[in-house]
Amino acid sequence: MSTSNVLYDHPGPRARVRNAVLSVVFGIGLVALLWWVYTKFDEAGQWEGRLWEPFTQAKIWTEFILPALWQTLVAAGTGMVLSLAFGIVFAVGRLSDHRWIRVPAGIVVEFFRAVPLLLMIFFIFYGVPFLIQGPVTAFTAVVAGLTLYNGSVLAEAFRAGIRSIPGGQSEAAYAVGMRKSQVMQLILVPQAARAMLPVIVSQLVVLLKDTALGYIVAFPELLARGVNDLSANYGNVIAAAIVVAAIYIVFNSLLTALANWLDRRTRRRSFRIPKQAAPDSTPAGGAVVSEPQG
Amino acid sequence: MHVFADPTNLDAYLSGFLWILKLTGASAVLALVLGVLLAAFRVSPVPVLRAVGAAWVSIFRNTPLTLIIFFCFFGLYSTLGLRLSDDLDRNNYWLGVIGLSVYTAAFVCEAVRSGVNTVPAGQAEAARAIGLTFFQTLRIVILPQAGRAVVAPLGSVLIALCKNATIVGTIGLIEASSVMKDLINSNGDAVIAIFLVFAGTFAAILIPTGYFFGWLANRLAVKR
Repeated sequence: MSTSNVLYDHPGPRARVRNAVLSVVFGIGLVALLWWVYTKFDEAGQWEGRLWEPFTQAKIWTEFILPALWQTLVAAGTGMVLSLAFGIVFAVGRLSDHRWIRVPAGIVVEFFRAVPLLLMIFFIFYGVPFLIQGPVTAFTAVVAGLTLYNGSVLAEAFRAGIRSIPGGQSEAAYAVGMRKSQVMQLILVPQAARAMLPVIVSQLVVLLKDTALGYIVAFPELLARGVNDLSANYGNVIAAAIVVAAIYIVFNSLLTALANWLDRRTRRRSFRIPKQAAPDSTPAGGAVVSEPQG
Repeated sequence: MHVFADPTNLDAYLSGFLWILKLTGASAVLALVLGVLLAAFRVSPVPVLRAVGAAWVSIFRNTPLTLIIFFCFFGLYSTLGLRLSDDLDRNNYWLGVIGLSVYTAAFVCEAVRSGVNTVPAGQAEAARAIGLTFFQTLRIVILPQAGRAVVAPLGSVLIALCKNATIVGTIGLIEASSVMKDLINSNGDAVIAIFLVFAGTFAAILIPTGYFFGWLANRLAVKR
């Protein structure tokens, strides 16, 4: 059921009237709710020009928001590359024919998927310095945490993708004389990546949002600089939070739009993996959601 | 293990995980109610409701949870003066529950909606053909089938919610990850043991929960 409008008939005259009445009723309710929020903000003086005026100054953008956005994007970009590599390696490891590779890879993936990202970041940032007798930068802690967690989630996505490819593909590859590693590299991984693309990209959106955890270990990313430090200087927490949230929403929506576009493209060009053959992550042959950590 | 032989540390460990459980429990109920309501909005014939559902999902799913929790404390509480309890911990707890619920509801809504999409169109068409109304179609035909398809995704949303509860530590609630940070800072010689105990507790709770939901989903799956 791709569109929800099979749920009800095309509205006739009475249904149209009813929908119009309901629209007006709920519309009034919504406007009343928004008005209530507006007056609450107004009572607290949150619409005063001095709180929003800083965002029209170039200095705010060049000193706080843009460098912080850059840090966020660098951390997210590094994390994306590393966790994709981590994901492929461990997905292939979990599908290995050798028990001594398969079992440890499985333990690593299951463990890091179950541990909260913040706990990992705290361990790397506060704990590892005791072990290596040297400092760990906030950047390293954030990127390492993001890589281990999201890499493990991606490993499961890749594994599900590889297992969903029809057996004839690898049999044909063996038949033309390819070795195991060639079958994996040339036949299975490329097709799995394509089949699982929507899941992979939505996990990358999660990764981008998770960089906000860096705020907790004082990594100068968008939340730390754009909201925390900025509002410490100008006393405009709510204004700053709304502006920064809008920036996150724009970037994540762009990534999601990219994912949808890629999905449509691959859907047009290649075979579709039948839903029923699908993988562990979707046991009921259906609904897929990425893991909404962070 | 000498760290946990000290009763104060053991108490801190237990109360840290108790906060996580309380946060997860309250937020799971609120997020489920809100999420199902939003999913119903998103498939309803009323355009205003569809827009509300869609806006909620795209705003809260694309904003970092850390920012939402931060806003709940510094925005709702500090600036707008929303007080939910006189006890500081209780107050932070409810602020955390608000943040976790509005965030998780967006994911619950998407999971339920994708569950609705797994029901073949023929089911809804047949229901309409025999004259069922929108609510009857939804209640008798679609939701019972969608509910079964949605067990696995809702399970992973619940697991993620439990892990996300650690983020409430940002606003000063001493939950498990904050306890671990404090213990690490005061026991530099037992860092690995402390981490393994805390991470192991999460793993011991969440890995079986994941398998349980997988098993349940397979058991309940609609055979087609």
